[in-house]
Parts: sequence; structure tokens; C-alpha cells
Amino acid sequence: MTQHPEPAVIARYAEGDTAIDEATLWSVEVHLESCPECRARVAGGAPAGTQTLLDRVAAGVDREIATGPPPVRRPHSWSAVRRRWVVWSLLPWLSMTAGLLLTALTLESALPALPSLVLLVAPVAPLPAVAASWSRRRDPAWELVAGTPAAGLSMLLRRTLGVLALVVPLLALVGLRAGTSLALTLVPCLAFTAATMALGALVGVRRAAIGLAGAWVLAVLTPSLITEDLPVLLRPSSLGVWVLVTVATAGFALTRADSFRRLSSTD
Amino acid sequence: MMRAVSAAETAPTGYAWAVHAEELRVRAGRHLAVDGLDLALGTGVHGLLGPNGAGKTTLMRALATVVKPAGGRLTLLGQAADGHTDLRRVRRGIGYLPQQFGFYPRFTVREFIEYMAWLKEMPKAAIPGAVQRAIDRVGLSGKANARMKTLSGGMQRRAGIAQAIVNDPEVLLLDEPTVGLDPEQRLDFRELIRDLGVNSCVLVSTHLVEDVAVACSDVVLINEGRLVFQGTPDELVAYGDHGGAGDSPAERGYSSLLRRHRGEVAR
Repeated sequence: MTQHPEPAVIARYAEGDTAIDEATLWSVEVHLESCPECRARVAGGAPAGTQTLLDRVAAGVDREIATGPPPVRRPHSWSAVRRRWVVWSLLPWLSMTAGLLLTALTLESALPALPSLVLLVAPVAPLPAVAASWSRRRDPAWELVAGTPAAGLSMLLRRTLGVLALVVPLLALVGLRAGTSLALTLVPCLAFTAATMALGALVGVRRAAIGLAGAWVLAVLTPSLITEDLPVLLRPSSLGVWVLVTVATAGFALTRADSFRRLSSTD
Repeated sequence: MMRAVSAAETAPTGYAWAVHAEELRVRAGRHLAVDGLDLALGTGVHGLLGPNGAGKTTLMRALATVVKPAGGRLTLLGQAADGHTDLRRVRRGIGYLPQQFGFYPRFTVREFIEYMAWLKEMPKAAIPGAVQRAIDRVGLSGKANARMKTLSGGMQRRAGIAQAIVNDPEVLLLDEPTVGLDPEQRLDFRELIRDLGVNSCVLVSTHLVEDVAVACSDVVLINEGRLVFQGTPDELVAYGDHGGAGDSPAERGYSSLLRRHRGEVAR
């Protein structure tokens, strides 16, 4: 803080004396910025006319604040959610997944001779929405997003977790209703999701999701329905294998994080 | 044969280019759209010219780190950007407006630019101020709370420019930024990029030779993925003295250079 100006100079400044030279004026203003004591002296030394004017302005500002429009409120959280592209973009895919699971549940009750359809469908249930969440065709600002530092595995993980946050509770509810093992319903689902990301590092997430879902339907789901027998893969003894697959594929995806830095033309 | 001289050949050894490409090759699908390009850009406004299919957009996408080069060397802000390097640091210093500018239609202008600022990993506390400054600079203050889908084409383009400049980028890449802008907005835009070019490397891809001649300090002309010419607008105009079609001296210089390049390629 600079040295206090002379009281006489403060008084002249408060009165608005135009004869004060520029250097003195400047040094007084610099000092006032950091000295509350002198600011109080200036306020006290203002002529009555100036004080009245200041009071009138303050009263006017208070009146305007009281009668003016209310402050803009932040949009309700639901309103913000509605505007997120991902919600609208994923809605059809999530609806399809919900429809598929409910159909599986209905058929399972209607046709008890068949192996558990909920268990058979569960591993691939989140894949359509995972692929859509990382699709450049579904994301209108794909090109912009792809060039930002946030683009990469962390963004894929965030979007995938968003999908799982909706699909897993639904799957758990359907599984509980069907009376299937919760672990056998959910762990293969997580394994396939992790495998989609791992394979996606090599061929693109969309292709990986289509390939894995297609392979599961052809190699496991269809033969199970034909033979009316639950495959070994979906029996409690296989749970450890699913956990291993989940950890291994997730680990592989993490080691290939660089592959997601540039979004592939196959996504 | 006329040989295009890149700025790197005439600059002092060790000059810190913002963008430095050597023998750069980039694919657009199966086609090699950028084929052995040498380019060096420092601080200033650079106009990128070239006929349709010259490789301008593919070059911009490679410089924005959206697509990976197929070969050659690319250095951005002193860091290699052609391989599996960590692009996050480089991307924090880049602003990009693609030719096909996609956006989230339900977002307001402010929300959209805030989202892009977040993707650019700007400090949370700095985002509101930076967003407001970007909106003000492109003249969209009155439309900050309007939904993106309700804006005219020119306003949407200006919102695109705002998201590109929100992080005060060291390298700003604008692909056809004046599409949809009326004459007055184009004049404002010229002033804006001249202002930005004082401290940053601004590369503007356009078909409007006159915009480049007036607003840019450096002209880059490419054809068939190769550098044809790099120099000042005055040097471009000087080529018009040797013939060439067009209404203005700059357009005559542009067409004269292109004609000579095509003649040399044909031989």
C-alpha cells in the first residue's frame, strides 16, 4: 500500500476539485484502491450535494432490482436431460432392449420347456445401445467431438457406463422376475460389453458389437433353442470363466486406449 | 519445373512452427487425398486455397487430429501428431470448425459452447467467462439462450466459430467458415480472424480467393494433395500478371498458378 495522502488532498479529491494535477490524482486513486480507511474519509468528506446524488442513485438501483424481472433460474434437471443428444439418440435402442427382455420374460413363462430365454439374451442385451452411443452416425457433432482432448477411451467408458446404468437394473429386474441367477444374468452381460470395447480397439466398436452379438446368436442362442438345453456357458460352473473374460478383455481395452483417440471410420 | 517452396525452407533452422508437415500423406477412404505435402505454418492468418478435391478438407481433418495420417511427419505445437502419441495436450491447443458442422439441435448456443469447452478440458471455473467472450466475439450475445435448431444457417456457423475459439487455441482450423454468412458478417469475420491471428496460427480453408487476399497474411495453395504455392497475397497477385482468369488480381493469380501446376503434372 502506498503512503496515505494528506487529509487536505483527500478533502479536495472528495469535493471533485478539478485543479488537482494528474500525477497527484493518479497516486490518490491508486492508494484508495487498497486503503479502506482513506475510502471512508473520502465518503465522509463528500459534499452534501454529492452525497444526496449518491443516495438517490442507490435508492434507484434498489428500486429497479426490486421491480425488475426475477433472476434467470437454471433449467430443471429434467429439462437439461431432455436436451442431451444421447438420451434421444439412445432411446430407440434402449426401448428395443427393454422390449427384447420383456419378450424373453413372457416367452419364458409361456414356454417353460425352453431354456431360460432371459439368460440367453442377457449377454448381448446392452450391445446395440453401446454401439449406438459410440456411433458417428448417431452423434451429430461427431467430427467436433473427435478432435477434442476428451475423445478416447474415457469417453467410450463414460458412454458405456451410461448405457449399463440403464440396462443392468432392467436386466436385474427381469432376471429376478424370471427366477434366474443374478450373477449369471449380469456377469456375461459385463463380459460381452468389455469384449466389445476390446475388439472395438481393433475393428471399431460398431463392428465389434455386431460381430459378437451375431456370433452369440448363431453359436449359442440358436442351438440352445433347437436342442432345448441350456448351454454349459450359462451354468453356474462357468461363472468363473465369465469373470476371467471380463477382467481380461477390460484389461486389453485399457492397454489399447490409444486406438480410441481417433474415432475410426468403422465406428 | 516450378517447385512450391514451403515456408520451412526459408525460415531459420529450429523455428518453432505451430504446424509442420513433411511428406504428409492422408487418406480419405481409399483415396490418397493428401499426397506428400510439405507445409509449415507459424503465427498469423493463413488462407488455404485449392479447387474441389484438392485435399483441403482432408488436410484440415488431419491437422485437427481427427484422422490419422497414412505417412510422412506431422508436428503440431512442437509435438508429433502422426502416430499413437498422446494427443490430449496437442488437442487442448487446437480449435476446429469442420466443413460439415454438426451440433446438438436441442442445446442452446451457450450450452453447446459450454459442452465443447468441457470436452476441451478447460478449467471448470474458466468456462463461463470464456463461453461468454466467445459468444460476444461472434456477435451472438442476443441469441445465447436460443436453441441451436432455431438459428439461421449463418448464426449456426457463427456458433461453430465460437466453439472453435472458446479455448483460445494456439492453432485454429476453420474449414469454409464463411458459408452462410451475409456480406456484413463476412467483414466482421475477417476482422475477427485478423485479431485472432495476432497471437495464434489461424488456417482458413475457403473457395473465396478475395477473402484470403484481404484477410490473410499468408496464402497456401494446394492441388491434388500437394503444395502448389505458399507466399503472401501480394506474391499471389503477382502471378496474375502472367495471365489467368478471374475478376480480381488475386483470382487471376490463383488460376494462373493452378494452370501452371496442372500443365506440369500433365507433362
